This record gives sequence, C-alpha cells and structure tokens, in this order.
Amino acid sequence: MADNIGNPMIRMASSAKKGALVEVRSLIMNPMTTGLAKDKAGKLIPAHFIQTVTITFNDKPLLDIDWSTAVSANPYLAFKMRAESSGTLKMAWKDNTGGHWSADSKLTVA
Amino acid sequence: MKRLLIALSIASLAGVSGAAQAVNWWDLGNTQVGPAKTLKQFHNYFKEHNPNMPLTKYALGSYAFSPEMYSQYQEAIQFNPGDLTLSQGKALWNKPFPNGKTYASCYPDAGKGVAAHYPIFNEKTHTIGTIGTSLNACRVANGQPTLKYGSSDMIALQTYLASLSNGMPVDVQVKGPAAIKAFEEGKAYFFMKRGQLNFSCATCHVAYAGKYLRAQIISPVVGQSAHFPTYRAAWSAVNTLQKRMEGCDKKVGAVPQALESTDYRHLEYFMSYLSNGIKINVPGYRP
Repeated sequence: MADNIGNPMIRMASSAKKGALVEVRSLIMNPMTTGLAKDKAGKLIPAHFIQTVTITFNDKPLLDIDWSTAVSANPYLAFKMRAESSGTLKMAWKDNTGGHWSADSKLTVA
Repeated sequence: MKRLLIALSIASLAGVSGAAQAVNWWDLGNTQVGPAKTLKQFHNYFKEHNPNMPLTKYALGSYAFSPEMYSQYQEAIQFNPGDLTLSQGKALWNKPFPNGKTYASCYPDAGKGVAAHYPIFNEKTHTIGTIGTSLNACRVANGQPTLKYGSSDMIALQTYLASLSNGMPVDVQVKGPAAIKAFEEGKAYFFMKRGQLNFSCATCHVAYAGKYLRAQIISPVVGQSAHFPTYRAAWSAVNTLQKRMEGCDKKVGAVPQALESTDYRHLEYFMSYLSNGIKINVPGYRP
C-alpha cells in the first residue's frame, strides 16, 4: 500500500577524497501536522510530526536534530560533512506517534 | 454615404492590425483542420510569440520565461520530492499479483517507452486509453480489483510507468476517423469557455502563455503533458494531468469532471499530441 508516510531516501556521493566536503540530502514522507488545523468536518487533525532525527557515521554520533511542528510536510534535510574515513552514514527518524524509519548510505574515502 | 465611409475606414484599420499578427489565437480552435495541421499551427503561433525559444525549451513550462524561477527549479530538483512517489510506484509495479504475473507482463518491452505513445486510441474498446485506464485494464486482466483514479497507489503506478519513458520524445498517434474525432473533441474542450470566469484552457495557455496571472507565469500548452505526473508544491504531492484539469475547471468556477471521464481523456489525448517531440521528464517539479 502506498501510504504517504516513511519511505526515506538519502542521496550523497558514494566516494570522496579525504578532507573534501560531501553534501548529504535526505527526504522522508510525513504529514507534519500541528494538531491545530481542522478538517472539512470541523474536527481537529491530530498532531503527527517527526520529533527527532539521529544521524551517525560509523556508529559515532554526527548530528542530533529535534524537529517540531514548524517543519513542513515531507521534510527535506541537507547538510555537509567532511569526508575523513570510509564508512556508513545512518539516519533514523522518529515521530510522535511511535513511527520510526531509518536509512543508510555508504561512503568510500580515497 | 457618411456611414459607408466610416465602415470602410474601420474595415481598413482592422485590416492593418490584422496584418501585424499572422495567427489569431482563437483561430487555432478550428476543429476541421486535423491533427497534423493543428500541431503545425500551434508551433507557428508559439514561434511567432517566442521567436528565440527552441521546441525543447517548452518542456520547462513557466521556467522558460523566468531565469529566477528556473534557478529555484534547478535547486529543487536536486532532490525532487516526487522521487518518493516514484519509488513507491516502483515497489507497487514490481509486486506480483496473486497469479504470479506483474504489471510488466501487460505492456510491450516491460513498459519501457510505452508512456511516450499514450494516450492511445484503443481499436478494441473504441475509446481513448490513458496510462491510468491501461493500469486498471492490466489489473482486471489479472483478476484484481481496479484502483480508484486519484488514489495514491494509482498515482504512484502512473508515475512509475510514465518514468519508464523518461528522455524519450512524446509520440502520440492520431490515425483513423474515430481517433481524429476524439482528438477534435479534446480540442473543442480546450477552446470552449466555461465556468463563472468564462475562460477556456486556451484563454490562459495559448492567449496568455508566458504572461502573468496574478503572481505566476502561465505555461504554454505545448510541453505541458511531458512532465506529468508531477510534484506540485501547491499540492505537496505528485498528481496527474487530469487532476490538474480538474483543478483548472474548479479555478474558473466550472463543475469539474471525474478523473478519466471521456472529456478529460480526450483533452489529455489532444494536449499530449501537442507535446509531440518534447522529451518526457517524470516526475516533474512545479510551484
């Protein structure tokens, strides 16, 4: 079923020279509703949003992000990291309804 | 005598202004000229209004008219949110039916290059078939219930199947009297004014293509179908050309039709033919 939630994707270079900047781009589906809007029937749409994004590289913490309802739907996150050693970048998203998703991407450093 | 002189001077003035413009946009709505001449007339009209724009650039729609919007577009497609729907579509496409077959078995070449020729005139059913109707026909042929048009599964599948023609030029055929009739009906719908605002599709997408509608630049009809299904920031989602037709009908204050209605399929047939030669790029990204 194509539920419009989850399905995270990471895009980044698979190899880089040591010391070079690598841009990491990620996208995940999530409604990111605030809990303050009403639907057509007048009922409040419950809050449903990603609360944390935990990013590690070779299992060492890289970025710990707290998100809130201020982030809009289907959040796009991009950041740059310096290529120091080869390894695996792992990203984990958790939302306020218990949903959790993860994705990883390998980097080879010359 | 005085009346005759006035009438003559008005007529000559009209003649002078008429000569400055070779093609009037409303004349493009003649449904007697046939598909090939229609395409030529549309190309000539847009070439006259945008002499330095090659046909390939029409694939960009409004972005072709604004360098600022184009650079924003280039940034956005570094990671097109529509790609999420595309990957959902890929997963659905590859999932076998209970009888073991997959969607690929319903299409020549496992679906590659198929969307470039759609919509098609189906000789068996004597109707215009679109990517959407073909997907449901495939499901029925494999003993599965149909998917609702506009549901996220159907949109994802339509997106994936269309993407299998990426980079290929649109090549819709209109051959035979029944197909030509459907084409002309689509053309008639395109030029017919409707709704509270009394606009036709042509009012904006021919007469005012490249010009501003409030804060947005209107895209010309040539090239529009090639990037559908598309992600639209206004929707925060991917959706189809027919969904956009529904939206446009609502915007002019007309009652929209159901997705895959006869009118919308004929309109899609007409619009896709007008994009012949322009490369498919699915999912697109639009404001």
